[in-house]
Amino acid sequence: MSLTDILMQQLVNGLVLGSFYALVALGYTMIFGVIKLLNFAHGDVYMVGGFVGFGVLSAVGGTLGADWGGIAVAMFLSMIAMGCLGVVIERVAYHPMLAAPRLSILITALAVSLVLQNSVLTLTDGQITAFRTDLGFGGLEIGHVFITYNQMVLVGTAALLMIALETFVSRTQYGRAMRAVSIDKDMCRLMGIDVAKVIAITFFIGSALAAAAGTMAGAYYGSIWYFMGFLIGLKAFTAAVIGGIGSIPGAMAGGLILGLLEAFGTQIPGIGSEWKDVFSFSILILVLVFKPTGLFGKSETERM
Amino acid sequence: MSAQPDEGRTASDAELLLEVEAVEAAYGEIHALRGIDLAVRRGQIVTLLGANGAGKTTTLKTISGLVRALSGRIRLAGRDITGLKAHEIARLGLVHVPEGRHILRGLTVEENLELGAFTVRDAATRRRRLREVYEQFPILGERRGQDGSLLSGGEQQMLAIGRALMQEPQILLLDEPSMGLAPKLVTETMGIIRRLNEGGTTILLVEQNARLALQLADYGYVLENGEIRLENSAEALRADRSIVEAYMGSG
Repeated sequence: MSLTDILMQQLVNGLVLGSFYALVALGYTMIFGVIKLLNFAHGDVYMVGGFVGFGVLSAVGGTLGADWGGIAVAMFLSMIAMGCLGVVIERVAYHPMLAAPRLSILITALAVSLVLQNSVLTLTDGQITAFRTDLGFGGLEIGHVFITYNQMVLVGTAALLMIALETFVSRTQYGRAMRAVSIDKDMCRLMGIDVAKVIAITFFIGSALAAAAGTMAGAYYGSIWYFMGFLIGLKAFTAAVIGGIGSIPGAMAGGLILGLLEAFGTQIPGIGSEWKDVFSFSILILVLVFKPTGLFGKSETERM
Repeated sequence: MSAQPDEGRTASDAELLLEVEAVEAAYGEIHALRGIDLAVRRGQIVTLLGANGAGKTTTLKTISGLVRALSGRIRLAGRDITGLKAHEIARLGLVHVPEGRHILRGLTVEENLELGAFTVRDAATRRRRLREVYEQFPILGERRGQDGSLLSGGEQQMLAIGRALMQEPQILLLDEPSMGLAPKLVTETMGIIRRLNEGGTTILLVEQNARLALQLADYGYVLENGEIRLENSAEALRADRSIVEAYMGSG
């Protein structure tokens, strides 16, 4: 394999990884937008989403088949279920804390994270669950680069979800309201916008996207466990910061950039794949030092 | 029902649109209301005067539901709106344009206006109102694709008022619309307020420039330490030397 082939192969790997990061980062950034909370439980919503998707697939796989058709149904139902869970989490855990100091709600988010992790830990005895599917390993060989159909479906699905989100946010009244709520809640109230409802919708969508990523990741990698949300939660946070936290296009771009950087980073001599997390978090530190507002972030200065 | 001209204005028999009765509220430490009574009749411009910290902004925020009234009653067209949430009150046609204009940064002029009509489900109605606002403020039409927060101060004030008009208000609460504007723009803003009122919109105006406010208004209240110190027709207040000295010096 030539260097170009290796780089092309890593491009594909990076896109797959980046799709997962982007989907999770979107929820992070949207939730931060509307209530200024770094929702540390978001990675765990991804994890629970993976388990719910697995549960649905186990139930329907017999009749629908455990290939992409069955997985699509599992993913869809998991998205609905996690969307509802997200709304419940916001109502029960975060809503009562909105007027409290910022640190209190951050600690609440850590608590929610622990509740979700430990619930699944108890239910699964901490064992890794095999996410069995009938997905094959077929694909296309382009030059010396091999792209599996699974990778194509996965990246394509992530792209579709992001296009749908972008359309919702820029074209619909509630989408605009979501952006408006992230800017000025009191002004929104004066315009007749039910801010609590917009926040609930944001949690629904953000959590549903995490569930989509969790189900697809489970099917793609073939296993799920209670701790799988921890690292991707931190990675998604990194991606959101790279893109500029609060910015939706930023989260998409940040996710893809981080995925690609990790994939290529493993090819640098001396940096093996065991160093890829160090690589990611070094990037986080660099961004925070040199461009804390991220690629698409805006500074907080306001014109009088 | 017809409003009597001139001196009879204060005794106007027009419908009471907004009634505030013995309202107490607390917001921060000094901006407390200690029993406010005021009334606005349909078609009037009523102004609320007073020094900084007297509670003018808190009064507006309490009426529009951003600040909760601790006691007392607020009625809109006879309906008790005390304790309703701000977005519910806005949907009843009481529209508050807050101090500082609050243009949504990062959203275009048109998106700001569209959000003003958030509660209007019918897209055709939204488009009609948008057209009307652009007719009234052509500059907003020219700048429809620009980030609303990058407009000049005067244009932002037009956008804030235009956005409020998208809600087709029964009554507009305007908080310091002339703040930070150049003198020429202040005059223009006052002209806009007069036109709106002639077009049938009832207005409750808080204005630092008491002289201007009393020229526009039919009736005025003077607020001091969270209480109404006196009230009278705008004409009578204009003639009151103590008011002129206390609240118009800087005007």
